Amino acid sequence: MEKIYVDHAASTPIDERVITTMIEAMKNQYGNPSSIHSFGRDARKLLDEARQTLAQTIEAKPNEIVLTSGGTEANNLAIFGYARANKAKGNHIITSAIEHHAVLDACKQLEKEGFRVTYLPVNKDGYITKEQVEENMTDETILIAMMHANNETGVIQPANEIARLAKEKNIAFHTDAVQTYGVLPISVKEMQPTMMAVSSHKINGPKGIGFLYVKEGTKLIATFAGGEQEKKRRPGTENLPAIAGFATAAKVALEEREQRGSFYQHLTDSFVSALKEEEVPFQINGDANHRVPHIVNIYFPWTTVESFLVRLDFAGIAASSGSACTAGSLDPSHVLTAMFPEEGRAQSSVRFSVGKGNTKEEMEYIAREIKKMMKTI
Amino acid sequence: MIYLDNSATTKPWPEVLEAYQKATQTYFGNPSSLHRLGTEADTLFQKARQAVAKLLGAHTEEIIFTSGGTEGNNLAIKGIAFAYQTRGKHLITSTVEHPSVLEAFRYLETLGFEVTYVPVDQEGRVNPRHVEEAVREDTTLVSIVHVNNEMGTIQPIEEISRRLKKYPKLFFHTDHVQGVTHVPFSFRDIGVDLCTISGHKFHGLKGTGVLVKRKGIRLSPLFHGGGQEFGVRSGTENVPGMVALAKALRITRERQRETKEKILTGKKRLLEALQTLEGAVINTPVKDSAPHIVNVSFPTLKPEVIIQALTKKGIHVSTKSACSSKENQPSAVIEACGLGKERAESAIRISFSVDTTEAEVEELITQLRMIIPEMRKVMGVAK
Repeated sequence: MEKIYVDHAASTPIDERVITTMIEAMKNQYGNPSSIHSFGRDARKLLDEARQTLAQTIEAKPNEIVLTSGGTEANNLAIFGYARANKAKGNHIITSAIEHHAVLDACKQLEKEGFRVTYLPVNKDGYITKEQVEENMTDETILIAMMHANNETGVIQPANEIARLAKEKNIAFHTDAVQTYGVLPISVKEMQPTMMAVSSHKINGPKGIGFLYVKEGTKLIATFAGGEQEKKRRPGTENLPAIAGFATAAKVALEEREQRGSFYQHLTDSFVSALKEEEVPFQINGDANHRVPHIVNIYFPWTTVESFLVRLDFAGIAASSGSACTAGSLDPSHVLTAMFPEEGRAQSSVRFSVGKGNTKEEMEYIAREIKKMMKTI
Repeated sequence: MIYLDNSATTKPWPEVLEAYQKATQTYFGNPSSLHRLGTEADTLFQKARQAVAKLLGAHTEEIIFTSGGTEGNNLAIKGIAFAYQTRGKHLITSTVEHPSVLEAFRYLETLGFEVTYVPVDQEGRVNPRHVEEAVREDTTLVSIVHVNNEMGTIQPIEEISRRLKKYPKLFFHTDHVQGVTHVPFSFRDIGVDLCTISGHKFHGLKGTGVLVKRKGIRLSPLFHGGGQEFGVRSGTENVPGMVALAKALRITRERQRETKEKILTGKKRLLEALQTLEGAVINTPVKDSAPHIVNVSFPTLKPEVIIQALTKKGIHVSTKSACSSKENQPSAVIEACGLGKERAESAIRISFSVDTTEAEVEELITQLRMIIPEMRKVMGVAK
């Protein structure tokens, strides 16, 4: 049986070149980068180079990169770190209803600590508008947290416009770029966010590593207390092999970005065409013209997502109902529920996310299998 | 090349690297995904959890995987302080903790918590009676390091634990990061409520660690999100990292039994040599100290210079904790022991691993015997 992985938005297989970098670092640069002997200095050198590489991928300065244990930690550090450090300026935060749980749950926690949070609703196309943000800004607003592209629908948000608006009004802007990093061109010089979260295992890098871009001069309260690492913004012995692996993955992603982007677009487009050809009834969730190339979220009327996924799995196809990070829960997707509050669409929708290794033939095979499944419903 | 800074970090074992590589290539799915690649990754992850639980003497659901020692210590300390703050806002720790413990308490002080820092004796040891005397009606947490990372002093964790059992409203955490490798204990037997370990101190990988948390204890999380790790630690699980950690811990336990005598002999040999080396003052206590750490001061000499001289001979040792070695300040731990500024400013730490050989220890002794008298002559402290 074929084994087809179309859940790259959840996690990706690691690139061979990344493994080589990591194993090399584990074997040879195993010193603690804070140690002053030569093992430590070798490790420090590798760390500095990796940070430089990562900074270059988004046109940031090396000291603006705070390495974390992943996307959740980076998003948490941005939200908690900024809000708690700047609460003297105001207590209002604006975010959206479709953020990843790493942002949403951090905001919910801040509400318990006395902050007021506005969760902007989305339209049926799956995005927030700059006008919505503008209407909800008050004198108390200190932070706007808006994802770059949604992880379930792939819909790209107007992060650039909102970043500009925030800058004009002197409000901090954080964007969760976990799904767009390595896929869309990102320059912090252009977008000018205050903070931006990125994760390695979504771009064929290792799990357990990510970074938060923090614009120079931004005040944060760290999540961890401890040593001097990451300029006290993130103490803890640096996870050097993973950092080096992440830098390799980022470099590769940057070099191959355009080529990968058009290939992923081709794959998801082929999938949609194949579904049409097979005459499967379906609708794409969210604005199909403003989505990242690797994610497509599809509504299949009359299906229930759980059994649909199980049957896909039997056919060797790994897709998902939405974010994997809801820790295996089968709660309906909060993103689709926000987009279609009246309909039961969340219970009948599946996310397909493509990546390295997928082929057009696989996409057509999936469409045929879905056709077979629909017949028996 | 002789690496004697194993308290800072250890070299990952080849078997550990293999385990990591295999897991990352074959089980790359997100363990929270419901499809087969996800469930396979989850199965492997839960196996790692079971193995770690068994090796540490804990229940499976008491194992919380973290990104390392700093996170484990922070999660335990802030997690308890915040979760139980309606019960009280008083906390107890010692003056010789790792920065990830000390700084966490200092941060809590800025938020209105009150912290008692129990002093230590000249060997760097807290008196269990003093710990108990510090307990108040509103104390919610006591955190004492198991093995001090600079001196190697073993704290009387079991006795403190026994004394604290009388106060069921407070929790006892120990930073076991330096202890787990050579001074292991069973979580259940020792009777602590929370215990932190870090993978890269026992030939596992950086970025991996465990907080053991007794069943039924609530923790306020540091990370909020998808609710992984029983809701206490959100974030996609680092499956290969934890598989590697489980492997490293298992090998460590096996090899620890085999090499216990060898390390003890090496330490004894080094201590004997240092006792007869003019200008050397041993800081590590003779009794009740970890077998892998020797801390020694060379008053009036600069430790950086000694380290450099040893580096030239291919031997790598350190001054104090790597986490604070960037600042050119005297060791806070040795100062806390009341051993004076001179000793605190001139300390070096030598730390062994199970792979350290007798010949390597001999080479270190030979080099010290040449370097130290030479430097003392230059400094004018010896004829």
